[in-house]
Amino acid sequence: MAEMVKLATRESFGQAVTELAEQYPQVVVLDADLAAATKTGIFKKAYPDRFIDCGIAECNMVGIAAGLATCGKIPFAASFAMFTAGRAFEQVRNSVGYPHLNVKLVGSHAGISVGEDGATHQCCEDLALMRTIPGMVILNPADHYEMKAAVKAAIEYEGPVYLRLGRLAVESFNNGDDYSFEIGKGITLRQGDDITIVATGLMVSETIKAADALAEEGIHARVINIHTVKPLDEEIILKAAKETGKIITVEEHNVIGGLGEAVAAVLSEKCPTPLVRMGVQDVFGYSGPAKDLLKEFGLCAENIAAVTKKALGK
Amino acid sequence: MNSCEKKSLQLTACKVRMNVIEGVYHAKSGHPGGSLSAADIYTYLYFRELRVNPEKPQDPDRDRFVLSKGHTCPGLYGVLAEKGYFSREEMKGLRHIGSMLQGHPNMQDTPGVDMSSGSLGQGISAACGMALAAKLDQKDFRVYTLLGDGELEEGQVWEAAMFAGHKKLDNLCVIVDNNGLQIDGPISEVGGPEPIDEKFRAFGFDVQMVDGHDFEALEAAFAHAKAVEGKPSVIIAKTVKGKGVSFMENQVGWHGTAPNAEQYETAMAELKQALAGLEAE
Ligand SMILES: Cc1ncc(C[n+]2csc(CCOP(=O)(O)OP(=O)(O)O)c2C)c(N)n1
Ligand SMILES: [Mg+2]
Repeated sequence: MAEMVKLATRESFGQAVTELAEQYPQVVVLDADLAAATKTGIFKKAYPDRFIDCGIAECNMVGIAAGLATCGKIPFAASFAMFTAGRAFEQVRNSVGYPHLNVKLVGSHAGISVGEDGATHQCCEDLALMRTIPGMVILNPADHYEMKAAVKAAIEYEGPVYLRLGRLAVESFNNGDDYSFEIGKGITLRQGDDITIVATGLMVSETIKAADALAEEGIHARVINIHTVKPLDEEIILKAAKETGKIITVEEHNVIGGLGEAVAAVLSEKCPTPLVRMGVQDVFGYSGPAKDLLKEFGLCAENIAAVTKKALGK
Repeated sequence: MNSCEKKSLQLTACKVRMNVIEGVYHAKSGHPGGSLSAADIYTYLYFRELRVNPEKPQDPDRDRFVLSKGHTCPGLYGVLAEKGYFSREEMKGLRHIGSMLQGHPNMQDTPGVDMSSGSLGQGISAACGMALAAKLDQKDFRVYTLLGDGELEEGQVWEAAMFAGHKKLDNLCVIVDNNGLQIDGPISEVGGPEPIDEKFRAFGFDVQMVDGHDFEALEAAFAHAKAVEGKPSVIIAKTVKGKGVSFMENQVGWHGTAPNAEQYETAMAELKQALAGLEAE
């Protein structure tokens, strides 16, 4: 088993794109004055000639990336999720999505775990926005090893990808040695037939902790990691619905428009199943230490366990 | 440019204008005004300036053209048809279901279209990205992009202009179709993007002002732009919106309105007469 590492997925992203740069000479990286935060700075240091600082102009950055892609480059355009997906939404939609260009959009500091910066920077809408763009692939890796594999998969996939990065360090739980990543394929991390918890991104490790604690109490929750929010692995969700009869979704995102609604749509059309959507309940965030905020919003192992028990009537 | 070459360009521009009228008439919608004001620019670009080959629309070394003011694609389609990217007959399918000619340019559908556009302000950014790609790969292709003067009111235009100036993209040539009109009226009344030349100069551009209907002036301007080193170029082309169809000239109302059957006949008759006049010269 590869060693456990505790790293923010933004750090893993910065490492991965730098490590893969030699193998993929078409890769270039763009940033909008946040290289130190999005960790594209790692790439900038190693490959200054392939790094393009666009200044604080995210809409233009997305357009630059689109133009580069038409000429055969594989651009990663990075900023905070709020600005990549939010500020530049229409540029992403019209200059990247519509012509289906090979641009990798990177949204760092997603969700409320941004922490102290508060609501203006806590993007809980990016998954919703990106999901509405036809042909957009949305990756939300959960740990160091998954992020590294996701970056490689994004490079090898031809077409637009939105890659969500977190600010907060997270303990790895995947085995880096034999971890295999396939776009659009969910991963069952814990077996169980009492209920299924479907999680994405930062919430996956919290969900594993919750499931392990529940197991000690004799409650066997299946845990599914959805690293690809779009296209959604419907098969794994429908199977879980049929076999466990109850589903909980957990995401660091507004419950409107994200994983929870994506799962709800699949279930209600194909296999109506009781569902609880955990996430940010259609409110803005606020300032505070990330860990404390996650607790406040109920996005922690303890609350996931509590909600699970409640769903089971225990 | 000798008189024979000039006449040939004038003839082509006239056919491009006929294609525009043909297209918007059959579509019963579309944007004739800005297509006609830019018809001479399109013609100059595709018949004198761009190193492109309709047989190889994806050639990685070709010059690029991004129509940032995507709504005037009837003019772009009109010139692409004349250049041989597709048949003139396609013009009649403009904006119809299943047509390769979408209401705004779609690079996936139309041979010769280098970038999808239509949301104003975005094309110039993509053009900067292409120019940067050439620099990164040490290729010598050049990138041209056409903007409307109303479009200059979009903030993204100036983000891109700052980028182009800062990165010294001397392989980028921006052209502004300075027809003085946007949808709601004259640009000086609606959004006030003027002075255009001073703004681009402040963003680090080489700036030229030309008569956008004078092929000799355009030739000199594009030759100068090509020779500029260390900074991007802008050619501010003074034009007449609706140029070539008398009742459309300088009329705000012809920005995005299609002619009815009678107006279509009149416009085509005028253009045919102009063509015959040129041929008889
Ligand atoms: C972002 C955006 N906002 C609004 C429009 C609607 N629109 C289409 S054309 C136009 C006016 C453009 O004027 P100008 O740039 O001067 O073009 P031209 O005169 O050459 O037709 C507007 C507002 C648009 N296409 N994109
Ligand atoms: Mg105008």
